[in-house]
Amino acid sequence: MDILDIADLHHIYRGHEGETIALAGVDLVVSEGEFVAVIGRNGSGKSTLAKHFNAILLPGGGRVLVAGLDTREEALLWSVRQMVGMVFQHPDNQIVATVVEEDVAFGPENLGVPTAEIIERVDASLRQVNMEDYRTHAPHLLSGGQKQRVAIAGILAMRPRLIVLDEATAMLDPIGRSEVMSTILRLNREEGMTAVLITHHMDEAVKANRVVVIDQGQVVLSGTPAEVFSQYKLLEALGLDVPVAAKLSILLAESGLPLPAHILTAEQLVDELCRLN
Amino acid sequence: MPIKLEQVDFVYAGGSPFERAALKGINLSFLDGEFVGIIGQTGSGKSTLVQMLNGLLKPTRGTVTVNGLVTTAKGVKLKSLRQEVGLVFQFAEYQLFAETVAADVAFGPENQGVPASEIAERVDQALLNVGLPLEIKERSPFELSGGQMRRVAIAGVLAMNPKVLILDEPTAGLDPRGRDEILSRIRELHRQRGITVILVSHSMEDVARLVDRLVVIHGGQIVYDATPREVFAHGSSLKTYGLGVPQATEVLGLLKAKGWAVPEVALTLDEARQAIVRAYQLRRELA
Repeated sequence: MDILDIADLHHIYRGHEGETIALAGVDLVVSEGEFVAVIGRNGSGKSTLAKHFNAILLPGGGRVLVAGLDTREEALLWSVRQMVGMVFQHPDNQIVATVVEEDVAFGPENLGVPTAEIIERVDASLRQVNMEDYRTHAPHLLSGGQKQRVAIAGILAMRPRLIVLDEATAMLDPIGRSEVMSTILRLNREEGMTAVLITHHMDEAVKANRVVVIDQGQVVLSGTPAEVFSQYKLLEALGLDVPVAAKLSILLAESGLPLPAHILTAEQLVDELCRLN
Repeated sequence: MPIKLEQVDFVYAGGSPFERAALKGINLSFLDGEFVGIIGQTGSGKSTLVQMLNGLLKPTRGTVTVNGLVTTAKGVKLKSLRQEVGLVFQFAEYQLFAETVAADVAFGPENQGVPASEIAERVDQALLNVGLPLEIKERSPFELSGGQMRRVAIAGVLAMNPKVLILDEPTAGLDPRGRDEILSRIRELHRQRGITVILVSHSMEDVARLVDRLVVIHGGQIVYDATPREVFAHGSSLKTYGLGVPQATEVLGLLKAKGWAVPEVALTLDEARQAIVRAYQLRRELA
């Protein structure tokens, strides 16, 4: 089953200074259970694309199907929104309640879920993000990583088919980032949750099953992390980067060390180096 | 424009049930022309600390002295101090407000009472300093890319000719090229104009390759104040503070654990490359 099926998607913003073409024919399919990272420079169209996933924006051309539902159909809007949960950059902007469990309950309450089931969902969701000990805490006293995990729990409580993280780690410190990343990885690997991660951090993109590169409103590259990050010259030309371990491997290979291609993490690099002797 | 903090405590919501000590007994000095990094977990007190440096916050106890002025002294003119110590907040582009880039950048010097003839010059200089083309001046700042907006906001602070520039996470949310551009401009400003730069960052890679001195703050206290090389030799305690080491250092640590003859710390990828190549050759000779 395809959770997202996007064909020839166009989007144009109209502002004071004329038109800006944000998406110029994007084709993208995300299947159930996939973990897809989307990378691209600022202004490449990544966030615009994400806003089409749950009909915050509607196609200027082409179409977006969410689990088969066309986002252009107004009658389907709430079904679409319910299926796709979004986590944004600023943790503080997406927390609505003064107690963690109430914040998590906000989504299902608005969906009209019966109270007994809301309680069950809140319990389960907080457990899924490993925040059950904080259910009666005040969200504003939590760390950035904890707030983002509460935001994720709030989305899980709506039982979505797809969770989208739009630069959700950009404001976090290293620990906060790794908390959010390991939460998403666990949800994807152990519970089969489909996830799309939009990020500027190549070291996060490496953890996805598939990396999609967007530039000037189009998909320019798509493949496994190893395939995509072996194109480091192209990525550099696009204003992007490769993961630090990949870059170091390339430098070492240039210095004459017979390292294989496609090294992505520090652990892989160290294993390959030890294998050289 | 030296800055000195002595025995500084800061308590939020003092006397209320929500009282929280954000800084405890901070002793710290910044000398002219230094390039200092500050790292610490979210909530460690970094942002509170930098707001002390231009008098936006005043210590609950202890003193902050900026260029001889004590910020808590009676009748102290904080306005002049804030012009000399420029603070660029996180996501500074949210503070852009004017209709054109030029008007936005000119706002600071206009409020300083800089003569009109000089303002135009300062605006141009500030935009060039952050690497923006002057053609951009008449455009709306809101039609620019995220990285460009961030640079306009930094230019607005530079146009006030500060002697100290404090940047709170200037690259958060920017793409890799945007990050590199802003950081290399900041380094140039430091080198060419000799301004003191204080960089608050979550990126171990950035502070490792840029700063001369690194201050680590945890639970409102300073736990390290040394060169990046010295600080990053304490990888395991940095982890307990919610921080880490640059990946170049991490690779060396893993290799060292496997018996490779590599140093503990590498601040840049090139440094790691040289160390690994040397250790590799050594291993081959021994084999």
